[in-house]
Amino acid sequence: MKALSQRRRHPLAAVALLLIGLLFTGGVYALASSTNEAKAQTFSADQVDEGEKLFVANCATCHGMGAVGSENGPSLVGVGAASVDFQVGTGRMPMQMQGPQAQVKPPQFDDEQTMQMAAYVASLGAGPAIPGEDMLDTSDADPANGGVVFRVNCAMCHNAAAAGGALTRGKYAPALSGSTAKHTYEAMVTGPQNMPVFSDANITPEDKRDVIAFLETIDEQGSPGGADLGSLGPVSEGLFIWVAGLGVIIAFTVWLTARSS
Amino acid sequence: MADHSHGSPESTGVVARPGQGDVQKFQNPGLPPHRPRLADRDPRAEKRAERQVAILFLVSIIGTVLFFVGYFLIPLDETIETLRLQNLTLGLGTAFAMLGIGVGIVHWAKTLMPDHEVSEDRHEIRTEADRADAEKIINDIVEETGIKRRPLIRNTLLGAMLLAPLPAVFIFRDLGPLPGDALRHTYWDAGTRLARDPSGTPIKASDVTIGSAFHVIPEGLSDSEHYLEEKAKAVVLLMRLNPDSLNPSPGREDWGYQGIVAYSKICTHVGCPVALYEQQTHHLLCPCHQSTFDLTQECKVIFGPATRPLPQLPIAVDDEGYLIATSDFQEPVGPSFWERG
Amino acid sequence: MSSTTTQSTYQPKTNVGKITNYVDSRVGGSGIVKEFGRKIFPDHWTFMFGEVALYSFVILLLSGTFLTFFFDPSMAETHYEGSYIPLRGVEMSEAYATALNISFDVRGGLFMRQVHHWSALLFVAAVSVHMLRVFFTGAFRRPRELNWVVGCVLLILAMAAGFTGYSLPDDLLSGNGLRIIDGVIKAVPVVGTYISFFLFGGEFPGTVVIPRLYVLHILLIPAIILLMIVIHLFMVVTHKHTQFPGPGRTNDNVVGFPVGPVYAAKAGGFFFIVFGIIAAISAAFTINPIWNYGPYDPSPVSAGTQPDWYIGWVDGALRLMPGWIAGIPLEWNIPMPWGVNTLSLNVLLPALVPAGIVFTLMFAWPWIESWLTKDKREHHLLDRPRNAPFRTAVGVSGVVFYCVMWAAASSDLIATHFFVSLNDVTYWLRVLFFVGPIIGFMVAQRIALALQRKDREIALHGRETGRIVRLPHGEFIEVHEPLDEYKRYNLVNYESHSVLPAEADVNGHVTRTEKARGRLSRFFFEDRVAPVTPAELEAAHSHGHHDAIAEQHDKAAVSK
Repeated sequence: MKALSQRRRHPLAAVALLLIGLLFTGGVYALASSTNEAKAQTFSADQVDEGEKLFVANCATCHGMGAVGSENGPSLVGVGAASVDFQVGTGRMPMQMQGPQAQVKPPQFDDEQTMQMAAYVASLGAGPAIPGEDMLDTSDADPANGGVVFRVNCAMCHNAAAAGGALTRGKYAPALSGSTAKHTYEAMVTGPQNMPVFSDANITPEDKRDVIAFLETIDEQGSPGGADLGSLGPVSEGLFIWVAGLGVIIAFTVWLTARSS
Repeated sequence: MADHSHGSPESTGVVARPGQGDVQKFQNPGLPPHRPRLADRDPRAEKRAERQVAILFLVSIIGTVLFFVGYFLIPLDETIETLRLQNLTLGLGTAFAMLGIGVGIVHWAKTLMPDHEVSEDRHEIRTEADRADAEKIINDIVEETGIKRRPLIRNTLLGAMLLAPLPAVFIFRDLGPLPGDALRHTYWDAGTRLARDPSGTPIKASDVTIGSAFHVIPEGLSDSEHYLEEKAKAVVLLMRLNPDSLNPSPGREDWGYQGIVAYSKICTHVGCPVALYEQQTHHLLCPCHQSTFDLTQECKVIFGPATRPLPQLPIAVDDEGYLIATSDFQEPVGPSFWERG
Repeated sequence: MSSTTTQSTYQPKTNVGKITNYVDSRVGGSGIVKEFGRKIFPDHWTFMFGEVALYSFVILLLSGTFLTFFFDPSMAETHYEGSYIPLRGVEMSEAYATALNISFDVRGGLFMRQVHHWSALLFVAAVSVHMLRVFFTGAFRRPRELNWVVGCVLLILAMAAGFTGYSLPDDLLSGNGLRIIDGVIKAVPVVGTYISFFLFGGEFPGTVVIPRLYVLHILLIPAIILLMIVIHLFMVVTHKHTQFPGPGRTNDNVVGFPVGPVYAAKAGGFFFIVFGIIAAISAAFTINPIWNYGPYDPSPVSAGTQPDWYIGWVDGALRLMPGWIAGIPLEWNIPMPWGVNTLSLNVLLPALVPAGIVFTLMFAWPWIESWLTKDKREHHLLDRPRNAPFRTAVGVSGVVFYCVMWAAASSDLIATHFFVSLNDVTYWLRVLFFVGPIIGFMVAQRIALALQRKDREIALHGRETGRIVRLPHGEFIEVHEPLDEYKRYNLVNYESHSVLPAEADVNGHVTRTEKARGRLSRFFFEDRVAPVTPAELEAAHSHGHHDAIAEQHDKAAVSK
């Protein structure tokens, strides 16, 4: 102990302490996340029961008793826990009103309730599970590869800079900035609304992680050239030069030709 | 509206030239009196304007210094933040350097240089005397060449001049090869496996779950000598839907496999990749011009500028369970061309 | 002989004088200074757009030259190893890789790229606004018709310069743009496929198109633009600048400031201002983020794939065109003796017809107007747009036509940003494509006539002061303040075309085109507001009751 206290002012002490702290948190985190994953796959019977109650009260009107579907909503048998976590966790479900597609809004249920409903739906039939923390860990992912995969599979709807785009008859692919890694992953495996399913046989879990790393990278770094004008491409650039560019120039021409007082 | 004036505006005088002494027109009162500026009347204002101009030039100097600060003191260290900061500094430095000079000079001109408007007469663009002289010169020149009197020379010269540019056109012939039947074939052939784009790994039928969409290239495409040209024709979108939703026409029943169908990704309008697949409506949308194709009707056009359906690639499964093409596309893919037929 | 005498007699005293004299006696600079040193240029803010165009072109040449030192227009394959992490190791062309290097590894490279692209957008925008100004003020009339044509050519060249530049970085966005061009070219009957193969050196995308576009972009097109600018400015000097009518300004003079010093200072300073504005925009706003789009590959595409704004209207026309109308396909397979040929009207019509209409009317307008009005005189005085309601209406109609197509090019963004259906946006724009120009014509004409009436009223009765006075007999009137001579002259001094019915030619025969002209003349000029005459003003002043007067004079004006 004495040796330790003597060295506590050593220049490296802070570094060592930081390392220990990081290791400790990391370890706890890893432990927690692995239990979380285990929980995601094997929900408790209690959760299933609670989930069923919530489902009957909030979802069965459209999705039918036992989630077998009705005129107003598809069957949820076999959609998996990931689908529930995505739809409810992003606020898309329950829908406020019928429309071309479900809108993002503040989630109506807390994490626990969402998990309970996910547990219930997962108990109805096998489907994609909620991804564990290790599946979302992008620390050694390759954003460049993610970019390649993203451009081939995602950019046509979500735009090359993930700024979103239009689909037919009022539907649209949303912008992806601000989407959490978990929700992005879940969207890929479940194919919400009109999005196609990208199963692990299509895009491997590693590639999915790369895609998430790519999205995180471009989201964090921002645009090197200054304000990105919504990353919408030539339309916003053209609008900008006509409105702001020519606007400033006209202001100068008026000043330049006006009589001085 | 009874008596419309007839004749040209000039002859009727309806559209008189302004200030021509016409009684129907107001006389031109001439330039308004000059209004002296603050700087003309007040020596202090003049001094102030002088200082303002000098300050603007100083701003320009500071801007140039700012440019060098950005150039030398902000290192490009592979992070986007430093690049953004450098771009901002260089840009604002240049902007201040330029605006300082520009606004300074204009302010100087506006406040301190004379502001009396001056009138200058316009002159005839061409005077009659000049025209007559020029006409005579040209007539003399033509006469001296004798081209009018010597039709043999004139005609042979014309012929030579007409032919001479032709080589200049034909020399461009080798810009590219003739089309031949290049647009009628793709890399696909009977037995070619369907592979993932861009990894090139083959796809098993069991990999393709309902609702999924695979972006597909022919296996072995990367070995092709003309990779991009072949890829530009061969890319395919592979989708699986409930077999009941598909309505294959006679003769095309076996072009899919258990609800798995493959269609060319190249729009029949002007060639953008039609890659937006809506898995619930089974519509394919082109992001460039919004042509919409209905997968359940063999990709018939249901909206937008395309006319022809997307060509379907006939597929089957080989012994190992991999998806293969049973032939090349049965029609040319992509936009129409004159020889397509 | 005389020149040698001059040289021997004149002895400059200062060093600057010696150098100047040395040059002047060899190139004849004194004559140029005499001609231009005090040349008069009228001053109006709308006269500056041509300068904006010229200056942005100069900035394009400067920034473009910088970029050529670092850019390699090669389509050879390479692997990116530069600083931008999300693309590191990705396979791409040399062109794209060097464009990325300019952006990320050359100090000031990104800034110069942004300066170049922003000034390109501004260049075409300034050319367009300049042309709109010339159109709406009638500055294209004799003797400037040919200079208007040179301007139209410059607009087309500016678009060509922009498009060839847009394609150079070989990114996904511009690659798909090129592919659309390829698709349009292939739709051209008979020669389309051949042109496509010659342009791309074989099948799309090939390996030669970018080097070829590069030569066009950095050599051929800028050289022709420069030549056209020289011709354009030469004619401006020959014609002298137009001016707005006003006190002291006639068709036979130019009123303004001399080149030296005021005009030169203003115009020269304005170059720095334009450069400064572009620099400020380039400092703070990203343009063409090629790193987002990735390298060109024929398989992917990005949502929101659009051309730069000046090509947008043609792209919009392509989007508006339906492939089927009432169950009839617009692509026809025509049997020929040698086989079946395909005619793609769904591509050809939108690619050629709207552009054909716009450019034909644009080039021919000076002659159309002079034929219609039989006005073949020289015009150095401009029209205020309201004082030529027919021309203003035609111009607005054209602008609406253009803008509908322009909006159609961003139909997908309109849909996502205003939460409407993409399909509905297209349906509405298809309706507006036909109805919009008509509405635009009518509204613009009515507004112009209404403004003219307002001007008449002000000229006759003075400006409303907002001061209400009660007269001794109890009547309330608003006091009108009479205009001074100069302000009134601004309102009454214009020409107003009236209907010119068809006339017989020398043989006493009324030709069919002349009849058509007469009908068009009636259509355009039936409604008109004549300028106030001194007699009318006299009457308005002598009469006490201004309402009755106004009525009388409105009648007089309309029936004139």
